[in-house]
Amino acid sequence: MVSVSMTVNGRTVSGQCEDRTLLVQFIRENLGLTGTHVGCDTSQCGACVVHVDGKAVKSCTMLAAQADGSEVLTIEGLASGGELHPVQAAFRANHGLQCGFCTPGMIMSAVDMINRHGGKLDEKTVRAELEGNICRCTGYHNIVKAILDAASTMGDGTRVAAQ
Amino acid sequence: MYATNYHRASSVEDAVQLVSGGDEAKFLSGGQTLLPTMKQRLAAPSDLVDLRHVAAMKGISVNGGTIRIGAATTHAEVANSAEIAAACPGLCHLAAHIGDPHVRHMGTIGGSIANNDPAADYPAGLLALNATIVTNTRSISADDFFTGMFDTALEEGELIVAVEITAPAKCGYAKFPNPASRYALTGVFVARQGDGSVRVAVTGAGSDGVFRQAEMEQALASDFSATALDGVSVDDSDLMADIHASSAYRANLVKVMAKRAVTAAG
Ligand SMILES: Cc1cc2nc3c(=O)[nH]c(=O)nc-3n(C[C@H](O)[C@H](O)[C@H](O)COP(=O)(O)OP(=O)(O)OC[C@H]3O[C@@H](n4cnc5c(N)ncnc54)[C@H](O)[C@@H]3O)c2cc1C
Ligand code: FES
Ligand code: FES
Repeated sequence: MVSVSMTVNGRTVSGQCEDRTLLVQFIRENLGLTGTHVGCDTSQCGACVVHVDGKAVKSCTMLAAQADGSEVLTIEGLASGGELHPVQAAFRANHGLQCGFCTPGMIMSAVDMINRHGGKLDEKTVRAELEGNICRCTGYHNIVKAILDAASTMGDGTRVAAQ
Repeated sequence: MYATNYHRASSVEDAVQLVSGGDEAKFLSGGQTLLPTMKQRLAAPSDLVDLRHVAAMKGISVNGGTIRIGAATTHAEVANSAEIAAACPGLCHLAAHIGDPHVRHMGTIGGSIANNDPAADYPAGLLALNATIVTNTRSISADDFFTGMFDTALEEGELIVAVEITAPAKCGYAKFPNPASRYALTGVFVARQGDGSVRVAVTGAGSDGVFRQAEMEQALASDFSATALDGVSVDDSDLMADIHASSAYRANLVKVMAKRAVTAAG
């Protein structure tokens, strides 16, 4: 067993888990934050994407022990009070989801992408950057539209801080 | 995943020491190959020694014509390095096309070459650039390092600390990605040195991993242009064949990717 301690969505959390516990298991089972999903066992689908120290990573392909001491942001940490994050709002407005299973990972990837590219995002870049996120429902068009919409709302260089 | 014991190394010496302590201990760098393999129960290391906090294994420096990349440097850091872009732009292009953004945020150059997947990108880059692989005990030339599919010259418990490259005059990389995995169905890296010599390395196609293409190297040494490759015929007898592509198809891809890499090198 290892003791891990990290900041999740701005809150310091700590707990005991097995050395082999994946970060996604720790988030879902120890912390009860079930917005982060598991869609595959081959590290390919991106349903599990969270931010660790400001970067999008697959939480199914990182041990909780590796994240000890890190800052983690999950889908639950995006909205501020009752207000959706601009990327969440854009997914709703553009019908960027159907069943919603891939959506937390899509949104966390989109926020990371917008943080890195700002207003320079174009459709080609969005599609290339979605390489690690699989959606079985939408056919991607409305996801791409939602991300471009959010990027233009958020503007160049605007990094919307998580609460 | 089978049970394992996690350790966080603080220095190169600490990492080497920790890995020699377990009966089947392994280094854990970005984990983007090792953890999926453990999840499939295809690997069951007794201990994992995390390298992500070893300061001496991180970062990029360019000194004169020598580029040094710490083994624990991520693909994203290489892709976005302005210093590498100025000295060796083909390597940034290569790193920027590994997997997806999330994999690039975690996966490292040391982990990629230690694994030496026959379809991985970095082995082609480092072989064509005649890189030196620096470990905790010695320096190994890329020609000696990559010894076959999933096989390297590394000894048990030997740690890659950094990779050193002499900036080439020109270089370029082109890959035809497997549409599902993004690994190279075939990838070719071309590098031309200041003295006019050329090295061409092919990944994804060889049945025993990354290899150099001698005929192309000769053709490009006398005329560094895509058309110089028109007359080269690629023998398919040692190329891989699987459900994704036959060896004849890969032979054709070797030529097409080599031409694109030369064009990209400019
Ligand atoms: C979805 C997905 C897509 C991918 N697509 C591509 C692709 O298109 N092209 C590509 O090239 N790769 C691809 N990869 C693999 C990725 O690049 C890995 O990051 C890389 O192969 C391994 O690096 P790592 O740092 O993650 O190593 P790890 O997984 O941590 O380790 C891999 C192996 O190397 C050993 N090791 C690690 N560091 C060292 C060291 N410093 N010294 C000695 N031994 C060491 C470990 O013990 C282990 O055996 C993909 C991976 C995934 C999950
Ligand atoms: S659950 Fe992490 S990539 Fe599929
Ligand atoms: S909305 Fe159903 S998987 Fe994407």
